Amino acid sequence: MSLKQQLVALQSMLIREYLRFIRIWVQTLLPPAITTVLYFIIFGELIGSQLADIGGYRYMDYIAPGLVLMSVITNAYANVVSSFYSSKFQRHIEELLVSPVSNFVILTGFVGGGVMRGLSVGLTVTAVTVFFAEIPLSHLALTLGVAVLTCILFSLAGFINGIYAKSFDDISIIPTFVLTPLTYLGGIFYSLDMLSPFWQQVSLFNPILHMIGLFRYGWMGIQEVDTVNSLLLIIAVIVMLTYVCLRLLKRGTGIRP
Amino acid sequence: MALAAMIPSPTPALQIKGLKKTYATGVEALHGIDLEVQHGDFFALLGPNGAGKSTAIGIISSLVTFSEGSVTIFGHDIVNDYAAARACLGLVPQEFNFNQFDPVCEILMHQAGYYGIRRQDAAKRAQRLLEQFDLWEKRSVMARELSGGMKRRLMIARAMIHDPQLLILDEPTAGVDLEIRHNLWHYLKEINSQGTTIILTTHYLEEAEQLCRTIAIISNGRIRADTTMRELLDQLDSEHFVLYLKNPLLHCPKIDGYALHCPDSRTLEATVSKGADLNHLFDELNAQGIDIVSMKNKTNRLEKLFLQLVGHRFD
Repeated sequence: MSLKQQLVALQSMLIREYLRFIRIWVQTLLPPAITTVLYFIIFGELIGSQLADIGGYRYMDYIAPGLVLMSVITNAYANVVSSFYSSKFQRHIEELLVSPVSNFVILTGFVGGGVMRGLSVGLTVTAVTVFFAEIPLSHLALTLGVAVLTCILFSLAGFINGIYAKSFDDISIIPTFVLTPLTYLGGIFYSLDMLSPFWQQVSLFNPILHMIGLFRYGWMGIQEVDTVNSLLLIIAVIVMLTYVCLRLLKRGTGIRP
Repeated sequence: MALAAMIPSPTPALQIKGLKKTYATGVEALHGIDLEVQHGDFFALLGPNGAGKSTAIGIISSLVTFSEGSVTIFGHDIVNDYAAARACLGLVPQEFNFNQFDPVCEILMHQAGYYGIRRQDAAKRAQRLLEQFDLWEKRSVMARELSGGMKRRLMIARAMIHDPQLLILDEPTAGVDLEIRHNLWHYLKEINSQGTTIILTTHYLEEAEQLCRTIAIISNGRIRADTTMRELLDQLDSEHFVLYLKNPLLHCPKIDGYALHCPDSRTLEATVSKGADLNHLFDELNAQGIDIVSMKNKTNRLEKLFLQLVGHRFD
């Protein structure tokens, strides 16, 4: 199969993935926007108005980038894990497995779907944010770059979850017990400075903290993590997860008995 | 045309050598099978449930991994040259395996894309196949809303979207009505005559007998027979016929060389040994004033051999 044909195959996968979530936009794009509005009202307006500014910003403004990125993370992950698992469950993954599409294209197609959904939700939530908080966008390229890298990383993680999932319960275990705690403890609602030195050090092992830190830096210029080190960490995790995904695909884990 | 297409070419459509499969559960599904399907053949792969047919088809179509052996499709190894091998193959699996929530036309368009067919071309191919399979009016309908027969046709249309040289159909007529079945047979004969090699598994043995020129019977993960349909049927040592009579019999006739049995007064069952003359039986019956209205085989001929080969007792 030539490179051109592989690109046609990738295009088909991306169209399929895009249609999959856009067709049910009420279930995929709207809920994160509503959740974010509730966060802004409860944490930003009601509780946040009683709190002091952080880094010269209102609490409402401070939590805005974290809320956007949280939606991006959750939706990129959820899109890939549900798309991949349902393709196993309904067996239409076989359409890809019998075709000449390479494993790399299969992975890129699913991850591409996660990136599209993550960014679509990110834009929707950002549009809602306009009504509640300032969006200074200090470093636009960094903001977009971190959003894309975050989507890729969690799409890859969702893909691995999808490969091992044997029931619909299995696709909610990781988000519930790993993803949500790491996200909430990743500095969305508080600054790292608020923690004791010990917990600050512990928090640095949370990769989501680096993503939110970078995203917030790009969004409003508040630097809480080292830009270069955090970017390298995210890229290193992406490379590692990509390798794991391709190995699992090659072995046929979870898809080829 | 069909006979010309069957002449063995240096590169078989499918070549399986020493294929073994042991599942993670320890179940040995295939015990080292060898099989060769010639280009242009219409090949039946028969076997009882759990014989290893689906495992073999799964391996050929890259849906199942294998433990030992090799498989080539038109000379392309399914592991080392997987893209070329898979490009030659179209699969119609036993169970529906499309996204039930996708519209019919999209299913074909996506599948075409996976074979590197650009969307403009894919749209034309999809229309041609949907019209051919009488699904064009359903092109925008979600696949789950189709009837069972329509879903079956959709799977065949999808398998044909990239014009495969080798088409594998795993029980394609299971659960479809007679009209659809006959239309499908007609279609399969037509594409076979145009050069598409077809491998068919079915539980309807008359279907295999009517359509296929070559046959392999698999049982307990081993090939029990691999020959032409003609040679296999020649192995029958006797055939059983049911004769329907014009007038009721007063007593069951006896004719030397034939075993006759009368289940009721207007029906006569005859066992005719290999080489015995059926005309002689009719002459003898006529001589005794017995007029025959119609006649049929008591059982499908292939069914008897099939049961013998897979180790069942034939009554």
